[in-house]
Amino acid sequence: MKAGSNLEKILEKGEFAVTGECGPPKGADVEVVKKKGELLKGYVDAVNVTDNQTSIVRMSSIATCALLNQMGLEGTMQMVSRDRNRIAMQSDIFGAYALGIRNILCLSGDHQQFGNHPTAKNVFDVDSIQMIQMVKQMRDEGKVLGGDEIEGVPKMFIGAAVNPFADPFEFRVVRLAKKVAAGADFVQTQCIYDMDRFERWMEMVRKRGLHEKVHILAGVTPLKSVGMAKYMATQVSGIVIPEKIIKRMQDAPKGKKAEEGITICVETIQKLFNMKGIHGIHLMAIEWEEMVEEIVKKAGLFPRPKA
Amino acid sequence: MIIAERKPIEKILSMIAPYKKVLVVGCKGCVTVCSAGGDNEVHILSSALKMARAKEGSEVEIEETTIERQCDPEYIEPLRKFVGEVDAILSMACGAGVQFLAEKLKDIPVYPALNTTFIGVTEEQGVWTERCHACGDCKLDRTGGICPIARCSKSLLNGPCGGSVNGKCEINPEIECGWQLIWERLKALGMEEKMEEIIPINDWSTSRDGGPRKVIREDLKL
Repeated sequence: MKAGSNLEKILEKGEFAVTGECGPPKGADVEVVKKKGELLKGYVDAVNVTDNQTSIVRMSSIATCALLNQMGLEGTMQMVSRDRNRIAMQSDIFGAYALGIRNILCLSGDHQQFGNHPTAKNVFDVDSIQMIQMVKQMRDEGKVLGGDEIEGVPKMFIGAAVNPFADPFEFRVVRLAKKVAAGADFVQTQCIYDMDRFERWMEMVRKRGLHEKVHILAGVTPLKSVGMAKYMATQVSGIVIPEKIIKRMQDAPKGKKAEEGITICVETIQKLFNMKGIHGIHLMAIEWEEMVEEIVKKAGLFPRPKA
Repeated sequence: MIIAERKPIEKILSMIAPYKKVLVVGCKGCVTVCSAGGDNEVHILSSALKMARAKEGSEVEIEETTIERQCDPEYIEPLRKFVGEVDAILSMACGAGVQFLAEKLKDIPVYPALNTTFIGVTEEQGVWTERCHACGDCKLDRTGGICPIARCSKSLLNGPCGGSVNGKCEINPEIECGWQLIWERLKALGMEEKMEEIIPINDWSTSRDGGPRKVIREDLKL
């Protein structure tokens, strides 16, 4: 065991993992975290907590993870390189570990232009791949980047994000290979709607044997409405939603759109469950956490295994 | 070269509002080439300022001159004759030129007429784009001659992020993804295996992060 987190134990046992996602409140309201935590508890093995996603200021990922851990869930701290240099990152990793956080997801982060402080200065001292190397060095060598010995080594289970739907397509498997070489223990993909493209990507992944070196969790997000599907297809960079999926949402009767979205999501999970090299799913029910129970149960992934 | 563009006329007018006699100084270096602060622009700005002030009923007298370079002391020296003659100087050079005038001509307030935008190239007539962040440790040997620090919106060193779509950057469909350009260039050169290498965490001490920088060439010093 590298970190001994619940997520690591489940994956190491060869169980099909389920991770969830929790966006922290735009303020200090603990009740928001508790409510989301209660909806996810028992249905996921770990919960990603976003780090000021889309550059909108929210409660810190560290604090939110610590609150979820107190509730008996397991937080996965997302950390972006947009807002912190290597000094702040390493300091926060010490603090996170001291608070009981055992999983980290290393990301570059959305550009600040998308958020509520577009005139901010960004950092990007380190990129996501270099961040993985840094966390691995801290864990495996017990040294900070600068070389000093660490007093109390933070042993993190290291994650990364991969997006098979961004361009250039041929490079996408190379990027995964770089993240694996840097030291990623698990990766979570961008949400999958275009199964054909995802399968093509997985073929390349298997050809390079990468699925045997890293745990791959496939990302899924249930569609709530036609509007959401269209918005994600056109406004969010790096998400592909094929016309046939949008059509299914359009064709669903009024009042049954959300139900159709859940059905599509469950079908996707079942395909992924049977796909060679997929070790779990990352279920991002964005501001729709109340559906996680139903999706996990319908997909046959309940009860969750004990670590 | 250094690319600059003129500040809005209202902004310049507000800077020189208290003064009756102003010297507008152009520069024959980069800002002449990018048509922001050469002789031509000095005339245009001076006329515009005079007209605007006349309209306001508070006329301003303007002296005009364009020197070889505002970043070399020898060309600044002849401007000393204006000390005591003018109330203020409006420099149409880059930020380095403005500061050097202020430093050498201590008795006259110096104001910037331009915004210094970036180190870049003339992509076509009237279009300039950024190419270099002057990080002090050139990495172009690893990236097919295209700089990820200047061309990637996040200055990432290890390939396009998940927001690169159809060759464009996630922040704006007008901006080309720097890493897509690097990928295509390396592929065209048959060098795409370079994209597999992890570029290690950067030493930013050679960049602005190391504090104001200085280059000393002992062999050239007098």
